[in-house]
Amino acid sequence: MTTVRRESRETAADAVSRGPSGRGPGRGGNRHRAEKPGASRRHRGQWSAWAFLAPVTVYLIAFYAWPLYRNIELSLREYTVRSFVQGGAPFAGLDNYREVIGHDTFWPAFGHTLLFTGVSIVFQFTIGMALAVFFVHHFPLSATLRALFLVPWLLPLIVSASTWSWMLNSESGIVNAALGLAGVDPVNWLTSPDYALWSVIIANIWIGIPFNLVVLYSGLQAIPAQIYEAAALDGVNGWQRFWRITFPLLRPVSAITLLLGLVYTLKVFDLIWIMTKGGPADASITLATWSYKLGFGNLLPEFGPGAAVGNLLIVIALIFGLIYIRIQRRQAAGS
Amino acid sequence: MRRFLRTGAGLILTAIMLFPVYWMVNVSLTRDTDMRADPPHLFPVNGTLEGYRAVLDQQLPYLSTSLVVGLGTVLLTVALSAPAGFALAKLRPRGGGALSFILLMAQMIPGIIMAMGFYAIYLNAGVLNTVPGLILADSTIAVPFGVLIFTAFMSGIPDELLQAAVVDGANRWRTFVSVVLPVSRNAIVTVSLFAFLWAWSDFVFATTLDGGGDHRPITLGIYQYIGNNNQQWNAIMATAVVASIPATALLVIAQRYVAAGVTSGAVKD
Repeated sequence: MTTVRRESRETAADAVSRGPSGRGPGRGGNRHRAEKPGASRRHRGQWSAWAFLAPVTVYLIAFYAWPLYRNIELSLREYTVRSFVQGGAPFAGLDNYREVIGHDTFWPAFGHTLLFTGVSIVFQFTIGMALAVFFVHHFPLSATLRALFLVPWLLPLIVSASTWSWMLNSESGIVNAALGLAGVDPVNWLTSPDYALWSVIIANIWIGIPFNLVVLYSGLQAIPAQIYEAAALDGVNGWQRFWRITFPLLRPVSAITLLLGLVYTLKVFDLIWIMTKGGPADASITLATWSYKLGFGNLLPEFGPGAAVGNLLIVIALIFGLIYIRIQRRQAAGS
Repeated sequence: MRRFLRTGAGLILTAIMLFPVYWMVNVSLTRDTDMRADPPHLFPVNGTLEGYRAVLDQQLPYLSTSLVVGLGTVLLTVALSAPAGFALAKLRPRGGGALSFILLMAQMIPGIIMAMGFYAIYLNAGVLNTVPGLILADSTIAVPFGVLIFTAFMSGIPDELLQAAVVDGANRWRTFVSVVLPVSRNAIVTVSLFAFLWAWSDFVFATTLDGGGDHRPITLGIYQYIGNNNQQWNAIMATAVVASIPATALLVIAQRYVAAGVTSGAVKD
């Protein structure tokens, strides 16, 4: 019994040194111990650890790796509806990718994706930051109001999207009615090619503000109050305090917030599809919506090109995802 | 004094932010005849419950499907991610770091791409338009998040607690079930709430994998409502209000869990 106890205590010590990310030092220690007589027990530990991990591993292979593999396969073959059901589609190499990149919709969709993502993130972040700074001072009702700010984030996207659709309705929408009071002519928000993309961007900014607020707010709370007190003694005003203290200290949290926002915004599909279906005339189509439209939006599905667009989107998302993980690792190592 | 000025400003900001939510409720109570009024009625004077009656008449099957899908997703997600979190946090598996990395990356994959792969697989397997198929697909949104939350939470469980169980003769599984799970209640609640909310809100998998099924979730109920009767916006908005209930409940019941969940991992699909 005592040996078992010692064994598990060593396990605990290693787990601590390795940290919650499950990586880093400790690996050398493992190898060192494996050469000792206790190796068989170590093996048993590995077995039981992987017994706990087995379900999720099988799951990842079956329901992540396989769909992704199928998706790549779809993009590399020339599918028809018939061969999609029965199999036997001829291998087409990179034809689908060539077709998609040469397609008239590709560059508009790519540009819209950049604009949609960029503008959304700039506004979500700026407004979220302003609100976080506002809410960090406690005042009566502050906790309640802050909680209410989460509502747009928690609502199902179909709910937000249909509400915004009705608010932006050309004839009966409240937005045009309000503009009318200000003497502005009605705008065809969702039906004019000039405004459709901006309409979905506005709705998306609204949805994204709470996430930025919550993460930046928790970042603000981690800044020690003494720093502000010292600054106050030095006669620093509010504006300087934000730009010289808050903003620099919040840089790591800001980087994470922006990158996560980027990854999440790149893949927005529901909102755009429900509000405009990417139209009119592809005026608000993005890579994610285009991918869906190719695969499911037409009577004659084009699974190959649809999958190809999707895979291009994955590559873009994963690049930013890797940057995110790198930054997070570096911060974890630094702290 | 300044504090109360802040409260005033906070109230105004919140009112602006929540205006669309108010508008949804307002429209859901507006009579058909007033729907196209110019300017629109700011308050539901002459309000009606027609919209909600339509929800009761037409949308109950969709709501119950969503409930089943949501609960199924919660069970599957917790069953898969809690043991994995325990192993990653406490059992030092070789390759555990790589697995965590894969889970982190898995969260970055756009849902629409997963949906296309699932569609191809489900079509050949004959599980297109079925509830279990949709539950499986919806769980892919929540499982990586679940593992990350459980790992983060269970790393904080004191090792002495686990050692005590070992001393009492419990094996790893017993330890997990009778020691680790009970003290991880907060993590279980967090993961369950998010898994339910995401499954309940899912549109991508629903429209691709269950678009023609007999049992379709509420997101498709609303979507088809918009497509079919463009005129009855009070019914559409009433459905939207009802579909928002789980989100509101989550906010009210478990605000602290939400905040905890956000800070310990990345969220939002």
